[in-house]
Amino acid sequence: MKRVELPLGFGTASPMQLAAALAGLILLALFPLLDRNASHVSAVADAGYFVLLVFGLNIVVGFAGLLDLGYAAFFAIGAYTYAMAASTQFNLHLNFWPMIVVSACVAALFGVILGFPTLRLRGDYLAIVTLGFGEIVPQVFLNLDKYTNGPNGISNVDQPTIGAFHFGFNPTPYYYVYFVAILVCVVLLNNLRRSRIGRAWMAIREDELAARHMGINTTTTKLLAFAMGASFAGLAGVIYAAKLTLISPDEFNFSVSVTILAAIVLGGMGSLLGVFVGGVLLALLNFLILPQATNWTHALGAHLHLPALMSLDFTNYRYMIYGAILVLVMLFRPEGLIPTASHRAELRVKR
Amino acid sequence: MTPLLQLDNVTKRFGGLIAVHDLSLQVEQGAIVSLIGPNGAGKSTVFNLITGIYAPTSGSIEFNGRQLNGLRPDLVAAAGAMRTFQNIRLFAFMSVLENVMVGRHVRMHATAFDGALRTPRAVREEQAVTDRAMELLEYVGLTQYASEWARNLPHGMQRRLEIARALAADPTLLLLDEPAAGTNPAEKQQLMSLVESIRARGVTVLLIEHDMKLVMGISDYIHVLDHGDKISEGRPEQVRHDPRVIEAYLGKGA
Repeated sequence: MKRVELPLGFGTASPMQLAAALAGLILLALFPLLDRNASHVSAVADAGYFVLLVFGLNIVVGFAGLLDLGYAAFFAIGAYTYAMAASTQFNLHLNFWPMIVVSACVAALFGVILGFPTLRLRGDYLAIVTLGFGEIVPQVFLNLDKYTNGPNGISNVDQPTIGAFHFGFNPTPYYYVYFVAILVCVVLLNNLRRSRIGRAWMAIREDELAARHMGINTTTTKLLAFAMGASFAGLAGVIYAAKLTLISPDEFNFSVSVTILAAIVLGGMGSLLGVFVGGVLLALLNFLILPQATNWTHALGAHLHLPALMSLDFTNYRYMIYGAILVLVMLFRPEGLIPTASHRAELRVKR
Repeated sequence: MTPLLQLDNVTKRFGGLIAVHDLSLQVEQGAIVSLIGPNGAGKSTVFNLITGIYAPTSGSIEFNGRQLNGLRPDLVAAAGAMRTFQNIRLFAFMSVLENVMVGRHVRMHATAFDGALRTPRAVREEQAVTDRAMELLEYVGLTQYASEWARNLPHGMQRRLEIARALAADPTLLLLDEPAAGTNPAEKQQLMSLVESIRARGVTVLLIEHDMKLVMGISDYIHVLDHGDKISEGRPEQVRHDPRVIEAYLGKGA
């Protein structure tokens, strides 16, 4: 079948793939207009920060092969950077838009700082150390209560404006901020993946020693992966803090890191489309499907006068459901839903 | 003329074990020099010392007028010495073409910024590198496998792919660690003529080989190691008849 040349370095696609991609894009672009229920739009917008996190961690884990279990730390750093710079906390009210860049840079800087001690580590050892960092960072925010209000977190975070337009608590503008951010990130990541640096990351993933002998400075290349991955989390953190207007340390614990990793494994490690789908699925399950299912069950329970149904809350079983999904994926499709060709091949060989 | 590579009294100890003892050798520009010896003679350790995996315990390694002692492997590669590995170390789940392109890494300039934004500079460079990598694949006869995973190639082809990957950086010195190991006699012959043609392109070759007969035909000079010591050196015909070499290979009384 004839293949169509795509713009922006996306290579070629069959007309069917192109049509599906365009339809998906248009549907996502128009979603807030099609579904006027603000809570639905809000839930799908929240999937946006999750997808950004998944993209960022995918650079570290999927491209460079460095297992990072403390990734939520950078999300926390991004969110706190914005919350401290744009709230009543210090009565600093810096503008949202430049703060996106600033927070991404701050998170990237911490990516380098926390990445540096792990450079000699691989596999399990790297995972344990990053896990430690992931625990330390929220603890620091919790205990620096002079600056962060400790467990109460920072409230009254500024909401963005564009000229005279205030975002307020309307989820639609946030949805579009995420939409644009994700589009930009997809283009950048897709380019990066097939560039000199992208190949260097994959070479390190495949054989670090050989990569060094091919002239790759593994120190800077790995730090670049940590920094870039962290900057995505910083970006996500800013929009997250602005939309919620309230952040506290317990929103950035280990379970966040693990859920992001689970989405990557579910979608297909290293594959951009795969991790996007994995991220959207887990996020929608969490923000939309489980709360909705709970509502319906409560309504059904009220109708049938069954107290057991009325007290059932599916969101409490979130991790059980994630776990079940992961087990099923690992059993029946270990390479993820939409894997890269190389990852599929790798798992086939190893099995 | 100063030699391209010069090792002076290089010793490497691992605890109580002396892997390489007081080794001096020179590799002249444009030569094929072989390092032979029985298993465990310290040949691969010499490569690891040159390419920066280990720093010598004592002695000096000079390459192209530059001190290499303990220089990081990526900097040794940047200085123009590229290597292959005895136990093939390709990037298994990258394509054959990508493997060669990674070999070019050190001669490329695109930053992460260029790569992410596909600046005209990066696009031009990428195109040039792809063309160059395809030329090298043609040179080693792997053109038709360009989009195959490196790990799917048969052993002999993987050996040649490693050589193409090393050549991608335009090295002045190519270090080949038993490039013919595990290949059949026809492939061995092919590989040795490949080595000769690489030298004809102006690349100096330092070759490790276990099989003495194989290197006799193509080497300009041979160094023989045994238990970390150099036991003989010279032109192939001199080494071939050296009783110490025969003894090392075949044992006393042979």
